[in-house]
Amino acid sequence: MESATALFSLIIALPLVGFLINGLTGLFVESYRNKRQLIGSIASTAVFIPFVIAVYFFINMNSGSEALVYKFFTWIEAGTFSVDVAYRVDQLSVMMTMVVTGVGFLIHVYSMGYMSHDEGYWKFFAYLNLFIFAMLNLVLGNNLLLLFLGWEGVGVCSYLLIGFWYTDMAKSDAAKKAFIYNRIGDFAFLIAMFMIFQAIGSLNFDVILGNLAELSDGYKVAIGLLMFVGATGKSAQIPLFVWLPDAMAGPTPVSALIHAATMVTSGIYLISRMSPMYAMIPEVMIVISIIGALTAIVAATIAITQNDIKGVLAYSTVSQLGYMFLALGAGGFTAAMFHVVTHAFFKACLFLGSGSVIHAMEHVEHGLHKEGKDVHFDPQDMRFMGGLRKYMPSTYKTFLIATVAIAGIPPLAGFFSKDEVLAMTMNAGFVDGGSWVYMMLWGVGIITAFLTAFYMFRLTLTTFHGSFKLPTKIKEAVGSEKFLHENPWTMTTPLWVLAGLAIIGGFLGVPNFIVETFTHEPAHINLLHDWLYKINADYIIVMDHWVEWLLMSVSIIIAVSGVWLAFRMYNNDQQEESDAKIASRFGGIYSVWKDKYNLDDVYEGFIANPTVKFSEKILAVFDMKVVDGFVNAIAGTVRLFGSLFRYLQTGVVSSYALAFVIGVIVILYLMIS
Amino acid sequence: METLLNITIYLPLLGIPLILLSKNENMKKWSALLVTSATFLVSLPLMFNFDVVNSGVAQYLTEGGRISSTLDIKYLVGLDGLSLLLFMLTTFMGPIVIISSWNSVSKHLSGYLAMLLILQTASLGVFASLDLLVFYVFFELSLIPMYFLIGIWGGSDRIRATLKFFIYTLVGSLIMLVGLIYVGYDAGSMMPGVTFTLDWRFLSSDIYQIGLVEQTYLFLAFALAFCIKVPLFPFHTWLPYAHTEAPTAGSVVLAAIMLKMGTYGLIRVCMPLFPNAFMEFAPYMATLAVIGIIYGALVAMVQKDVKKLVAYSSVSHLGFVVLGIFALNTVAMQGAIIQMINHGLSTGALFLIVGMIYDRRHTRMIKDFGGIAKRMPIFTVMFMIATLASIGLPGLNGFVGEFLILNGSFFSELYDNKVFAILAASGVILAAVYMLWMFQRVMFGPLENEENKKLIDLNAREIGLLVPLVIFMFWIGIHPVDFTKYSENQVTELIITSKEKSIAVLETSKNEELPEWATSFYGVNDETESESLMVSTN
Repeated sequence: MESATALFSLIIALPLVGFLINGLTGLFVESYRNKRQLIGSIASTAVFIPFVIAVYFFINMNSGSEALVYKFFTWIEAGTFSVDVAYRVDQLSVMMTMVVTGVGFLIHVYSMGYMSHDEGYWKFFAYLNLFIFAMLNLVLGNNLLLLFLGWEGVGVCSYLLIGFWYTDMAKSDAAKKAFIYNRIGDFAFLIAMFMIFQAIGSLNFDVILGNLAELSDGYKVAIGLLMFVGATGKSAQIPLFVWLPDAMAGPTPVSALIHAATMVTSGIYLISRMSPMYAMIPEVMIVISIIGALTAIVAATIAITQNDIKGVLAYSTVSQLGYMFLALGAGGFTAAMFHVVTHAFFKACLFLGSGSVIHAMEHVEHGLHKEGKDVHFDPQDMRFMGGLRKYMPSTYKTFLIATVAIAGIPPLAGFFSKDEVLAMTMNAGFVDGGSWVYMMLWGVGIITAFLTAFYMFRLTLTTFHGSFKLPTKIKEAVGSEKFLHENPWTMTTPLWVLAGLAIIGGFLGVPNFIVETFTHEPAHINLLHDWLYKINADYIIVMDHWVEWLLMSVSIIIAVSGVWLAFRMYNNDQQEESDAKIASRFGGIYSVWKDKYNLDDVYEGFIANPTVKFSEKILAVFDMKVVDGFVNAIAGTVRLFGSLFRYLQTGVVSSYALAFVIGVIVILYLMIS
Repeated sequence: METLLNITIYLPLLGIPLILLSKNENMKKWSALLVTSATFLVSLPLMFNFDVVNSGVAQYLTEGGRISSTLDIKYLVGLDGLSLLLFMLTTFMGPIVIISSWNSVSKHLSGYLAMLLILQTASLGVFASLDLLVFYVFFELSLIPMYFLIGIWGGSDRIRATLKFFIYTLVGSLIMLVGLIYVGYDAGSMMPGVTFTLDWRFLSSDIYQIGLVEQTYLFLAFALAFCIKVPLFPFHTWLPYAHTEAPTAGSVVLAAIMLKMGTYGLIRVCMPLFPNAFMEFAPYMATLAVIGIIYGALVAMVQKDVKKLVAYSSVSHLGFVVLGIFALNTVAMQGAIIQMINHGLSTGALFLIVGMIYDRRHTRMIKDFGGIAKRMPIFTVMFMIATLASIGLPGLNGFVGEFLILNGSFFSELYDNKVFAILAASGVILAAVYMLWMFQRVMFGPLENEENKKLIDLNAREIGLLVPLVIFMFWIGIHPVDFTKYSENQVTELIITSKEKSIAVLETSKNEELPEWATSFYGVNDETESESLMVSTN
């Protein structure tokens, strides 16, 4: 193996090795399970070294570099079908690898603190490593099938980690739900692969993207739609997004890593990877944008009504993923990837921050228990929080930074990426043959941006500002603020790193027009755009600079007004009155939001339950009574005849012999004639 | 090497006198284990020395003399690409099956072990025989030990279950016997110097062709026998009974090996002998297969008994195999062959796993469990891996087979209809639903039942039993080429021969008087039919 291949193989292999060491030793050697420092260090190192190697590859690459392909062995081969275990390092995959391993490493470190008292510590880190392994296969795979291996692999890890505290049936329900909803998407993905193989004869990205002409228009549309359905499963879009909020049942670092920063962006990665094909099918592109925009606003409206700190973040994630699809469908593949990256920073920071808060609230509960007070409350319910900034300064500051970032206030990361998403959406309305629908979707995006700023500050202000409300809600908890304190450095350091990235991350993609307006010649300050130009088939920006300035100004005004409104309504302990005020203002529709559009009930009531009932009451009975009954009926008929023929069974051997001879003669006669 | 093949087939029988001579139970068990392990070891060189390139030619041939100069009935065994993997699976499962019943059987132990050993020889014989009469003898021979295994060592309703199993499969194979006798004389008339032959090498070659009308009846007779064995919907109702009543070892052999005799027969006999009927009936068979996939999954979903659930999941999984066989292209057929092995490994493992908790709790009802992951971490991991393999997770064995089957049937010219593959693919969703739902209810949730709190994790014997299966699940999942290579060439060649043969038969039929239904069913006068076949063969 040459040295570059060997170096590369470490990226993939180390997380797997980490998984095997911690997983197998933990399973079979009970004493190992308590060597927490060791377990955590092994797991974190197994992710950190790949990060360093990925950075090395990144440094040795430029935007024009050809993809490096590392083939290890032939995976599946039969007849005309052949697929390799081969990885590709190119501009897109190296970027994703850095995000996955970088953010992944921070979350590993954080988990060493967060999970320090959990009895399944070893298992948790084994699963995290396995997840990173699967995720790296997903982003680095050189063909669709290896991507699919990662795709399903992250699904299993997600299943294992959501249901990590499996003794709670609700949590294992959430895990199962996530897996099954993902499988619905995977089913579509599989069909898309069959179609591609049938038409092109290969699942390699190079071959597929180089032979798009082989695909008929109908096939392109079908494949495009099917892959998008696959993406709606993994990336939690309408109609399959309902699993993601439930997935918050998993430990909070899992929510940050899998259900915010990495796995859920796989669908966006997939479409970005296939962007040359998507650019040829505008009718599918518009569907993607519509679904994305609808998901964004639907989830945002739900987020306004939630009281669970992780619940708000979960819906916020769904909403932000919707933004990414909005951009994809508008030909802003790079814009979508940009939002993937910045979102990974600030949303991971927010989730880890919420974990820090939950950890502190749990600590309060334990403290009260130690004092002999039998107090139970939901440590994730923000109605019990408030005023936490005094006790948890690092958590507060980092959370606030990330909130400002997601709200879209310049110059933080979310501002630039969201602005590019919205600009590309509007742009799609202007390009040749562009549809006015995109302009309306821009409007949906702007409303969502307002809602985002509003609900995120509602969350932050209610949690950290005002006064600590637990004592006012529960009498026994008076004085419980003494149990509140900031978490150890293993937890706060990752918060600060991520907050830092949430501040500067936006400078990866500062729009070119800011400079071009003044220099009147093409600028190259949008680093990400230049970096991904070979891979992403982005639409060209056709808007005039003044339009872009206008759009940007609108975004800023919208974001600021959202923040302003949230401050007016939530800064001083008035969360519940304000929520009630909104509820009365919006009436019926508010309860729709609060009930999450009743999608779960619809799916359960119209699909899941009827299927189970049908299988149980009709199919299973049918199987016993009809299918088997038919067999029994035949047997019964035979028995009837048998009882008639019983008279022929004389029990005398010689009569059998006679019958035998007659039979032979008959057969011989038949054969000769 | 030829001797080695014969030794492998009959070595298990040597265990019977050993067992009868053994003084105590332990010695009986050890001798059975010794013999099956030896069988496995002896069989390994057969795999290592197998000529992969010429997998279409039967290797390690032993050919006995004809019983009379005109009747070409003879002992004929050998291995080729179609049979090698199933043959190896059988020897591999031998010791596992013996160890699995180490502590769970005490009644008539000698008889029990003897039955398992006879079953082993019979199964090996089925896969190794290349004369269809020998095949038939072994095929029938395998029924008898299973009949006793269920009937004597089974559960409470064992008599009914075993009768159903026996009569159902016997009816199928008797119809096949009629077909065999016909084929034997028909082929004999074409072979110089004899009146009867069932030599597969001759039957499958392009020299021997069967007319369209005869093919129809013969195909139906053989396919019925094999479909009952598979079992293909709607011939599956004996399976849940047999599985629930069978002792663990019986279920494992039944699922891992005996069901494969059906799918194996479809490939070995139906495809090369009756290619025209095979191709014309393909859409109907695929329809049944797809119904089986979905139906089996839905019925599995609502089972209350874990073992019955796994039994119905077999109906679903073998639907995939049948679908792949009738797609008649290398991709799907290779998928079907590897999926037979996969099903043997993962469903075999699942039955072992069910047996392990049954040994502890004497119940298999899902509602009696819950939360046992806490008490049995190693068991949980094994169970989880088998579950994931069964639902076709990439990286594990089941995915390789399912993917190839679905992919191949998607572009199959025979169905010429994507609906089959698409509907079948929905099975991957349903599999996740029923397996994970069952897994959750058994393993997760609070540990409330007092009985379950006393559960003890797997012992070394049980771990040792499952680990080899798990290793192969990963091996086939990660590097399936090590296994699929054995059948690759033969499958490709056999498909081409069969297609060419079907064209030739069609050509001959043009000059014959045929009943009207046959003319239209086979499209004899339809020019495009044979042309399109010609194209696809190239």
